[in-house]
Amino acid sequence: MKPAPFAYERPRDLNAALSMLAASNGSAKIIAGGQSLGPMLNLRLVQPELIVDISGLAELKRAEVSGSELVLGALVTHADIEDGRTADVTRGAMRGVAANIAYRAVRNRGTIGGSLSHADPAADWISALAALGARVTLRSLAGARTLAIEAFIVGALESALRAGEIVEAVHVPARSASGHWGYAKSCRKTGEFAHALGAVLIDPAAASARVVIGAIDTAPIVVTDAAALFGGRITADYKQRFDAGAANALLAKAGIGDAAQRHIHVSVLKRAVQEASA
Amino acid sequence: MQENAALRNEREFPHGKAGQGVGARLPRKEDDRLMRGRGQYVGDVRLAGLQDVAFVRSPLAHARIHGIHVPECHRGSVFTAADLVGIKPIRAVSGLPGFKISEQPVLATGKVRQVGELVAMCLAPTRAEAEDIASSVTLDLEELPAVYDMLKAREPGSALVHEHWGDNVFLETNYEVDISAALDAPIKVTREISTARQCMSPLEGRGVVATFDRRLDQLTLHSAAQMPHITRSGLAECLGMEEGQIRVISPDVGGGFGHKGILLPEEVCLSWLTMRCGHPVRWLEDRREHLVASSNCREHHYKITVYADRDGGLRGIDCEATVDSGAYSSYPFSACLEAAQVASILPGPYKMPAYRCRTFSVATNKCPILPYRGVARTGVCFALELMLDLVAAEAGLEPGEVRLRNLVRPEQMPFDNITRKHFDSGDYPEAMRRALAAIDIDAIRARQKQGETDGRRIGVGVSIYCEQAAHGTSVYSGWGIPMVPGHEQASARLTPDGGLELRVGVHSHGQGMETTLAQVAHEILGVDVANIRIVLGDTAMTPYSTGTWGSRSMVMAGGAVATACRELGERARRIGAKLLQHDPASVVLQNGEVRGVNGSVSLKAIAHTWYRRPQDLPPDVDPGGLEVTQGYKPLRDSGTFSYAAHAAIVAVDPDIGEVEILDYVIVEDGGVLVNPLVVDGQIYGGLAQGIGTVLYEEMPFDASGQPLATTLADYLLPGPTEVPAARLDHMETPSPYTQFGVKGIGEGGAIAPPAAIANAVNDALRPLGVELMQSPITPHRIVAAVLAARAAERSAA
Repeated sequence: MKPAPFAYERPRDLNAALSMLAASNGSAKIIAGGQSLGPMLNLRLVQPELIVDISGLAELKRAEVSGSELVLGALVTHADIEDGRTADVTRGAMRGVAANIAYRAVRNRGTIGGSLSHADPAADWISALAALGARVTLRSLAGARTLAIEAFIVGALESALRAGEIVEAVHVPARSASGHWGYAKSCRKTGEFAHALGAVLIDPAAASARVVIGAIDTAPIVVTDAAALFGGRITADYKQRFDAGAANALLAKAGIGDAAQRHIHVSVLKRAVQEASA
Repeated sequence: MQENAALRNEREFPHGKAGQGVGARLPRKEDDRLMRGRGQYVGDVRLAGLQDVAFVRSPLAHARIHGIHVPECHRGSVFTAADLVGIKPIRAVSGLPGFKISEQPVLATGKVRQVGELVAMCLAPTRAEAEDIASSVTLDLEELPAVYDMLKAREPGSALVHEHWGDNVFLETNYEVDISAALDAPIKVTREISTARQCMSPLEGRGVVATFDRRLDQLTLHSAAQMPHITRSGLAECLGMEEGQIRVISPDVGGGFGHKGILLPEEVCLSWLTMRCGHPVRWLEDRREHLVASSNCREHHYKITVYADRDGGLRGIDCEATVDSGAYSSYPFSACLEAAQVASILPGPYKMPAYRCRTFSVATNKCPILPYRGVARTGVCFALELMLDLVAAEAGLEPGEVRLRNLVRPEQMPFDNITRKHFDSGDYPEAMRRALAAIDIDAIRARQKQGETDGRRIGVGVSIYCEQAAHGTSVYSGWGIPMVPGHEQASARLTPDGGLELRVGVHSHGQGMETTLAQVAHEILGVDVANIRIVLGDTAMTPYSTGTWGSRSMVMAGGAVATACRELGERARRIGAKLLQHDPASVVLQNGEVRGVNGSVSLKAIAHTWYRRPQDLPPDVDPGGLEVTQGYKPLRDSGTFSYAAHAAIVAVDPDIGEVEILDYVIVEDGGVLVNPLVVDGQIYGGLAQGIGTVLYEEMPFDASGQPLATTLADYLLPGPTEVPAARLDHMETPSPYTQFGVKGIGEGGAIAPPAAIANAVNDALRPLGVELMQSPITPHRIVAAVLAARAAERSAA
């Protein structure tokens, strides 16, 4: 299990990196923490001509609060968030998610931008950040654009990134004082990818709810207005009003034909709802 | 200066036996090296001019080879079967009547019969470059229907793995003791039970470094192997060389479990290659090769009926067992050891008047099956112990009660069971009673009545097994496989400065033999274990042995070391008597010195005399001196029987399918334990593997014979957080047949956990009408069964 030959560059600034990507005509891969790309290279599942190592780009390591949102550079690691080295506007929600990503060794090197770019359906950030209402900034030599996470993740291992484009930063809105956060996942064992994942941000005061069902075979199901999952409206007793049948129907509509799989997903989502209300 | 090991033992383990001899909880000598990362494994062997090998492996499970195309630029670096002139295929024949022979070409010829089968060998200065070459080789394959399901493979009309057989059955066996006597039993329970195909997953994979020494006219093969002498015999057969022309060195080995107990086609290939190329060559198994290409284990299917009386008394068992043996018969254990063993070990420690078992070893387009820690015992324990819980449910009894009613009793020892297995000693009911008490079965039943506040369900499960170990000539001669263990030998030699060297043909790959064999020698000679060196894993330096398998090494090599040390001690005693100017009859060997009424002389002084001052020796001194090779067999070679009762409490979430092990108890009897600390380690490790079997590990195949768990993200192994801190309790019933009364215990930890945990899960879910009879018990299988039970209840209502 050794990678096929590739060229390697470690640019010093973002513009240099973007130029390399532009020049490569899509035959380059970006490496940051390497926690997913490393094994894929070794298994020869990907055989890029060029690896652009962006781990030296200081401008992607910034983390700052700007207005009411948190802007995290793509190179912020899971451990940075877990350990509280970055600011937090989610009242601990992101810290809790980060602390349960894979194993500590993975969290030490794995980055939030890398996780989003890889777009593994079972990964944590693509679901958690969608529930939190985050957006992602993509940059290329041609300029920058910003997408909601749910628009950025298109399918399994498939994002909206175009050739020559890189995830630059993640913008996380502040969680309101009345916003209830619930996050649950089921993994076969500690540190393993989840096979079911539920993330909810419910604000009874604002009568709003965002619900995400992740770790399915394709992009997570993101329900930005989830009233239908709670009998048509979001109220303080949303836990009792959670409609497992409606969630089941969503999963069936998403093409999950196996009843036991759907039942596990719905049960995990229910656990997230219970956590939010606790 | 090193701290005296005995002092450290007494300080750290005040409850073990004092000193350094048999029974002391001595920390392992080898850990000073292994735990500091200073072990020397095959991957650490560095030889000048070494080049790496990567193999082109079959991407298909079953196909005819029409062509192997090597790009012009790589000709000379790629070798196929056509190059291996004179190399014979691997043949592991069993002498059991009806056994069909498979020939495993070391590089495929004609057909490929499994994904991962070796097709071509690519040589380059580095592994990465060798893999580049391998990826440039293209195969022209005509895909054939794959034989991927062992039950379908038995049906007429199935595709054939070996066409000339006419079917896919390596071997069918039948065993019966008057099953008709059981048929009128009031309780009759029938089920199908199965265990998944697994990969053994030692930390270190296989690995080979081969080189040829022209001065010695000798091929030297460094290989991560449990049985170096057997590897040498197999190599000599395939290569057509004299055994003396081959030296097999197995350095530090990072776990074996059976995976390193076979002759590999890679070993034959690299041996040929180094002789062809004239420089050392290396191949190291990577994890993907381990998962998909090398060897699997455990895939059993049982169709089983248990007959019992209303009071739970067993009347008989009727079973048809099928084992998926894969494409080829592995050297030396053969393709039928696993299935045919099922028939003889299924009844285990239970009494019954009637029994019938039919077994099938089935060939499929999968990699060969090997005996994995516990061998067939894990499967039969799973099958029988799950069935006994169903008998208990039918009879309205506690599962523990049914066991106690049927287990062989201590006053019946030694006991020959219905398949004529000879149980040497033990108190099985006591182990079960202690386990039931420790797990507090009454408290669990009370808690179950109350229910849980978190929606989960609590269950308790028990299981018990026996582990036949160190079985010898009388058992294996009947199998007619390439290897039959006879006397086990050890060499013991005092060095001129009074140290002791021991040479044994078994190997140590986690068992701590460098410590435990030293303890045995210390028990006899009194030499400090710090001054005892164990030499193993090298055919040039150790006596012949079938190696380490079947939990035999402590019994056999330990017995041989004791025997050799006794003879060595006797010779030293006679020299000592002369030095003390005593009558030899009046002196004794004690605590490392020869003592007489007027003084003593140390072994060190005696060794000094033999080597450096022979003028002081008695005139009638044994000219063999202070170097002894002796052989050993137990008084009976039908095997020692160790056993344990396991009890588990689990919490099951019926909606998500998660299983948490809340408590785990093991009551074990391995006879006299040479080092209880090492035994505890063996049990904990076995438990982890048993948990893997029942909750995590599975190598699935699709209908084209493709293995689907190709990385450790798909093939799940339990980690530290999945293995509970089990509570251990030891009993000690010495074997009447062995040195010190020891018994083999290497595999037991892995045998009982799947049954105990599955029984606990079923106990938790039984009120819901759920029954799981298949390992591993995954969240999906639990939830699917719960939903099916709910649907059945609705349609009944």
